[in-house]
Amino acid sequence: MTAAGVKRDFSCLPDHPQNSIGATRWKDLSMATTNLEAESLSAADSIVHPKKLVNDFTIQVATVNGSGSQSANSILLRGIFRMGVPVSGKNLFPSNIAGLPTWFLIRANRDGWVARKGHVDLLIALNPETVLDDIRKLPAGGAAIYDESFSIGDRRADVVYYPVPFDQLVAATGAEMKVRKLIKNMVYVGVAAQLLAIDMKGLENIVRQQFARKAAVADLNWKAVQLGFDYAASSLTKQDGLVVEPMNATQGKIIIDGNAACAMGAMFAGVTVVSWYPITPSTSVVEDLIKYMKKYRVEKDGKATFAIVQAEDELAAMGMVLGAGWGGARSMTATSGPGISLMAEFAGLGYFAEIPGVVIDVQRTGPSTGLPTRTQQCDIAFISGLSHGDTKHVMLLPGSVKECFELAIEAFDVAEMLQTPVFILSDLDLGMNNWMSEPFEYPEKPINRGKVLNAKQLEELGEFARYKDVDGDGIPYRTLPGTSHPKAAYFTRGTGKNERALYSERPEDYAQNMQRLARKFETAKTMVPKPVLKGTGKEKIGIIAFGSSDPAVLESRDQLQREARIATDYLRLRAYPFTQEVNDFVARHETIFVVEQNRDGQMRNLLKTDLDAAEAVKLHSITYFAGLPIEARVITEAITKFEGARK
Amino acid sequence: MATSPVPSTSARTNQIGLEILDYRGSKSTLCAGCGHNAISERLIEAFYEMGVPPEEVMKMSGIGCSSKSPAYFMSRSFSFNSVHGRMPAVATGALLANKTMRSIGISGDGDTVSIGLGQFMHLLRRNLPIIYIVEDNGVYGLTKGQFSATADIGSKLKTGVVNDMPPIDICALAIQVGATFVGRSFSGDKKQLSTMLKAAIAHKGTVLLDIISPCVTFNDHEGSTKSYKYMKEHDEAVNEAGFIAPFEDIAVEYDHNTTVDVQLHDGSHLRLRKIHEDYAPTSKTGAISMLTEAHDSGEVLTGVFYVNTQGMDFVTRLNMIDEPLSLASEARVRPGPEVLAGLMQELA
Repeated sequence: MTAAGVKRDFSCLPDHPQNSIGATRWKDLSMATTNLEAESLSAADSIVHPKKLVNDFTIQVATVNGSGSQSANSILLRGIFRMGVPVSGKNLFPSNIAGLPTWFLIRANRDGWVARKGHVDLLIALNPETVLDDIRKLPAGGAAIYDESFSIGDRRADVVYYPVPFDQLVAATGAEMKVRKLIKNMVYVGVAAQLLAIDMKGLENIVRQQFARKAAVADLNWKAVQLGFDYAASSLTKQDGLVVEPMNATQGKIIIDGNAACAMGAMFAGVTVVSWYPITPSTSVVEDLIKYMKKYRVEKDGKATFAIVQAEDELAAMGMVLGAGWGGARSMTATSGPGISLMAEFAGLGYFAEIPGVVIDVQRTGPSTGLPTRTQQCDIAFISGLSHGDTKHVMLLPGSVKECFELAIEAFDVAEMLQTPVFILSDLDLGMNNWMSEPFEYPEKPINRGKVLNAKQLEELGEFARYKDVDGDGIPYRTLPGTSHPKAAYFTRGTGKNERALYSERPEDYAQNMQRLARKFETAKTMVPKPVLKGTGKEKIGIIAFGSSDPAVLESRDQLQREARIATDYLRLRAYPFTQEVNDFVARHETIFVVEQNRDGQMRNLLKTDLDAAEAVKLHSITYFAGLPIEARVITEAITKFEGARK
Repeated sequence: MATSPVPSTSARTNQIGLEILDYRGSKSTLCAGCGHNAISERLIEAFYEMGVPPEEVMKMSGIGCSSKSPAYFMSRSFSFNSVHGRMPAVATGALLANKTMRSIGISGDGDTVSIGLGQFMHLLRRNLPIIYIVEDNGVYGLTKGQFSATADIGSKLKTGVVNDMPPIDICALAIQVGATFVGRSFSGDKKQLSTMLKAAIAHKGTVLLDIISPCVTFNDHEGSTKSYKYMKEHDEAVNEAGFIAPFEDIAVEYDHNTTVDVQLHDGSHLRLRKIHEDYAPTSKTGAISMLTEAHDSGEVLTGVFYVNTQGMDFVTRLNMIDEPLSLASEARVRPGPEVLAGLMQELA
């Protein structure tokens, strides 16, 4: 559709409020395709004096959930991404199906900072319930695209207003009533694209890719984008300074969420049995996995190289994971905190009975109803010793979507090598939000099934003792059910056994077994991914963090350096048990800040347990636990304040 | 290899050349006279007589006296004594990992219909191919004699405590929810139990056998409805079962008017001679109403109540490759680099 065509469409909107609001006026359509240079903006009809911000701003889209804005937000995000500008997208949504407020944050940042930033530069307000508050919270100099039918009260002098007649524009697309709610979202994509100078050709490709299955749907959506664009071009005067300019910083990169990345990792890890129970925010791990497996793990004869079972609850899900792991499958489940609570008994059995399995925990805030859609790193303490008795669990801590993929693969190897459940601790921010990433690399190492004896090996060995520490690493040998040898079978139980897996209540047998399990946990240190060090390694201040806090920590270090000349080293944990690198890092620094997204400093406490008392006193907590992804500013302010007080 | 048929020169051997000794377990540590020990004996005989390689059997259990008993039969089979009431999930996972294995679950009344009722229901609903045996004595043995959910109204503990809650009829429940072979027996009825166990081995799908198995220590006194004496007085068989294995001669005459012949999945025949007048082994509703009426009349019905050889079992339903997933090679379970490259392309 041409711009002229758009004009014809508009001609059927007789009572459009031309020039009715200061910042709005119809303009010559010939000007529609380019944004004005921010410097050249006339301030005559505005009291806002915009500072030009190229590729460094945050857009907040305020909608109600169930309005179908996800596609639009994703298109907008990718539109910026395809122009080579680093972006991140964060969905701040309620635990509800339809009608409650939802905000989607798109941060574009030329330096590659992708953590959440509280400072919003452009608001797209489509929720009449929150519009007043959303505008009130805008910082001075911010801009707001909003539905012109909203009553927005007294206008702020320090905010740019872009009223848009959404309903009329949607009507002009000719969309049927039932899809108008969805099409409305595409209109704001067009308006934003025009104001921000997002490449329309690229945007069209993305829209057509998104709706590739139905050309008519793609056409309709694209028409809505165009109408939004043309409306902005003809009727809105650009008064903010936000501009997207092409860069080359996203070449070859992908956008994906952590749950899909975990799912992909699990498939390439060769997972064979999956048992799960739906729970936010982990659900899409298995839903995405089902999609991948149906496509890539069904053989020519239609038979599956996997079994995926939706269990009756998380107890059963974990029970099936253990049964399958015992039976020789690569088994996994995905869940969140409440599910972890229910899995506690089986997790302990898995530790004592020495059964491999992978549990992906996409962490969220506390139990029951409340904030299941808000992020936290709050299951560290619980999982580290999940279940009764002396238990210790291996935890892997992905810090990016790429690591979600890589550690998911790693987890299956570690679980089978150690013969124990392995937990991957992701969180809602990492799991459900859109992240830019380098493409994932195909696993180099072949699958490692650990110490499994087959019939031939049993015949050669002449004996088999399931719980005997043959190699001195605490890891015994196992056999799989079905191994066709009279000596292959053994009796699996929790505690109360000797090396030969025979029933025993002898104190010596129990103690020896527990000591061997402790040795095995030491061996785990040689198998888990090592922490990642950033910095010179010679600074006085060290930061320890993990998981989705990573982007905020990276950005904060930059802020600290630039704003307060505070140099830091940064160690990003990737696993528990902690490896020697962690002890060394603490020993080398005077002060350590442990950054985490929970109230009580769970990781700091776990570190304290492992460190010498003299070293443990160096650890200070920086915690953020309000349910939104942590911001760099939180860390910067805490460290600046601490250092200021010390001087 | 032990599982191949080696003709024995001395001791008697089965179809695959194994002796009965090859099916034995460790020495039982249960009380002398415990019904569970008799059930273990019958299991040994049944698996021996059916010529099942012990290495192809997984013995699954939860917690309780009953759940300890897999240690006392078939030591050459793989065994998993899991946690209380959660054996169904573990058994399900194990069968998904290796669908070529046979699974036998040993549970108790507390393990099954008190703490484990939830998982038990879903095992039945899925028609998991397992022989699920409830060694039913109406009390918790390991914690010394509290009532379980199968204790009858009015039955009395040694301490004099009288049960005032209605029992859950495991068989009626199992038929209702989806088990495809359901029966009840008595640990003291050697002939009936042996026949039912062999038929259970031949069936593919959930076999639920509720076996009344008196607890000699906590529930075998006057006033108990799960005692040896009570069972001898109230055991009312609905049918007399005969079993003909695929390797046995089938040409045995039977009366078509009184006997139902059921061909089982492995080609075996189960012949059920009707004793109880309401008996029809393929009717769900008939079986359930028969069981319900028996409660009112104080009879303990035994025998095969329901058989359905048409229901699709859970493992078949999942349409997995023929080879056990546990043995699937890396080439089959890790898609190639071109798949990852394609996925990355879509996300760029």
